[in-house]
Amino acid sequence: MVTATATGRTIERTRRLGGARVGPDWRNVGFVLPFLIVYLALLVWPLFDGIWISLQKFDMFDGTGAYAGLANYKRLFADKIFLGAVWNTALFVLMTVPAFVAIGLVLALALNRPTRMAAALRATFFATSVLSVTIVTIVWKMMYLPDRGLLTNVLGAFGQAPIPILSDPSLALPGIAVATVWWGIGLPMMLFLAALQQIPRELYEAAALDSAGRWRSFRHITLPSIRRTVVLVAVIEIVYQFQLFGQSYLLTRGGPNNASRPIVQFIYEQGFRNWDLGYAAAASEVLFGLMLIAAMAQYLLTRRRAEG
Amino acid sequence: MADIEIRDVSKRFGPVTVFDGLSLSVESGEFMVFLGPSGCGKSTLLRMIAGLESVDGGEIRIAGTRVDTLPPGARRVAMVFQHYALYPHMTIFENMAFGLRNIGLKQPEIDQRVQGAARTLEIVELLQRKPGQLSGGQRQRVAIGRAIVKEPRAFLFDEPLSNLDAALRVRTRVELARLHRRLRATMIFVTHDQVEAMTLADRIVVMNEGRIEQVGTPMEIYTRPATKFVARFVGVPAMTFLDAMVVGQGGGEQGGAVLRLPDGTELRTPVPADGLPAHQPITLGLRAEAVRIDGQGSTLGTVEVVERLGDRTHLHVRLQDGSTLIAEDAGLSGVAVEDRVALRIDPAAVHLFGADGVGRHAAA
Repeated sequence: MVTATATGRTIERTRRLGGARVGPDWRNVGFVLPFLIVYLALLVWPLFDGIWISLQKFDMFDGTGAYAGLANYKRLFADKIFLGAVWNTALFVLMTVPAFVAIGLVLALALNRPTRMAAALRATFFATSVLSVTIVTIVWKMMYLPDRGLLTNVLGAFGQAPIPILSDPSLALPGIAVATVWWGIGLPMMLFLAALQQIPRELYEAAALDSAGRWRSFRHITLPSIRRTVVLVAVIEIVYQFQLFGQSYLLTRGGPNNASRPIVQFIYEQGFRNWDLGYAAAASEVLFGLMLIAAMAQYLLTRRRAEG
Repeated sequence: MADIEIRDVSKRFGPVTVFDGLSLSVESGEFMVFLGPSGCGKSTLLRMIAGLESVDGGEIRIAGTRVDTLPPGARRVAMVFQHYALYPHMTIFENMAFGLRNIGLKQPEIDQRVQGAARTLEIVELLQRKPGQLSGGQRQRVAIGRAIVKEPRAFLFDEPLSNLDAALRVRTRVELARLHRRLRATMIFVTHDQVEAMTLADRIVVMNEGRIEQVGTPMEIYTRPATKFVARFVGVPAMTFLDAMVVGQGGGEQGGAVLRLPDGTELRTPVPADGLPAHQPITLGLRAEAVRIDGQGSTLGTVEVVERLGDRTHLHVRLQDGSTLIAEDAGLSGVAVEDRVALRIDPAAVHLFGADGVGRHAAA
């Protein structure tokens, strides 16, 4: 009797496995194949093709290329314009990314309350994010116009001389950075708001009963709770801001005297104005490497600090 | 001396008035339980004592000092939250030490207090872990430990057992009772679970819709419920109610009320009849143990449901007029569904409720 029951159970289990099998089966590939094709064709292949082109002397005009080893890279690191563009881009990232994190967090903290006013201000601060780069640059060109821009008018009201922001080599890049932060602050703010709303209110109440003031609550409860979001915002913004192009191209054309020319503009000019695709591809790979290093450094740094 | 004195407090959330002139005093060293259904205001009252909700009128004093104008941290109370509210990024040690650091205690003092509380609660080996690595019961202990290290004037518990499974809840309940006996501290405990209230409390405050229905010892609440609400809310199975009529006086030695039950039988009770309008309807409240199967009983009915609890049996009996009573019988009761039974009501154990809902009972 016992044997019969055991056998019956075995048969039943085998039958069930036949209906919905768990385990390797080549047919399962069908589920990931559509994604895999797109991923390989639009991401992996172009990545390696780009690396391959960067190793060639490639003429886009007639579409021919000849293997050139690291010649493009050697040329790049001797090119003062390129090195200047790398410097400008790095400076721009250093100016904007901390601002995105700090201002985004401050706005989120200030607007994380259930009032109508806060909701209206959240919408207002986020609204700039939906504007296209052309509109943003028109707005800021009108801000910065030395003869009748808003800034000039405000300075004039205080009896100050106008400051020609976009035509001053030391102010052009900061000017672009301000416009960029104004344009893109919505996303970090929203990410921080979402993170803040995940923190249980009970934690703040417990802290209040533990005699923690505002600063200690922020330092010991808010900051540790949103650490992941800080990393996320920093990495996203590093990746975005290294790709600076539209704002600077439309506001200053990279000038004055190359003071605001970013890497992407250099790539654009080499590839699409000089038809030197191998050289442009090499610059692209350098940009890719820089973004990877910066994002990884940020990620590892924050992780180690959290563990230590 | 009263340790916590709530005087005439009121509280509003927008247009909703939660309390309007509520007063209560908690004695020093007392274990006071706020009991009531969801939304009755018991947690709000606790949070007002803690300083997590503002007080719109009246005042709250702790050990004679007015506290309702002080921030939570300055009131010298500790609170154990329903969801524990442990700081997830800190170790257990840091969780317990956080409040002590904030008031500027020196490290040796902090170490001594945390280690002492950890030994008491048997969580010494958990001190270097983080809350995420702990089970629900362990987190509960840490939350209590975080309260103990502060050496507060009063402990406030906001439904702290509701997240534990049944077995652990019973065990933690016993531990809390032990802890109270050892610390002799004033404790206020909010719950909607009457078993927790009955087993833990020195006194229970039964609340309903922002009002205090009754304050009393567990047995006072059980045997002499002040209102129909208290009678219905406390006790398992719930008290059953019958519509009766006062037909005269002369029941018992003191001349209590004589009632006519809906099935026509008369019941002479020792409940004082003075003030009860004659020939007016009145609600008769009966606990199961006041109604027994008895061949000599005058109330007849048919058994509809038999609930066997092992040590006793509850019988749901439909009377001849259609109303239902719950009667208690022995654990090994031979009564079956559809049996016709005669019931004897203990006249000394009945409760009468007038139209105002106020309870009347036989003299103690």
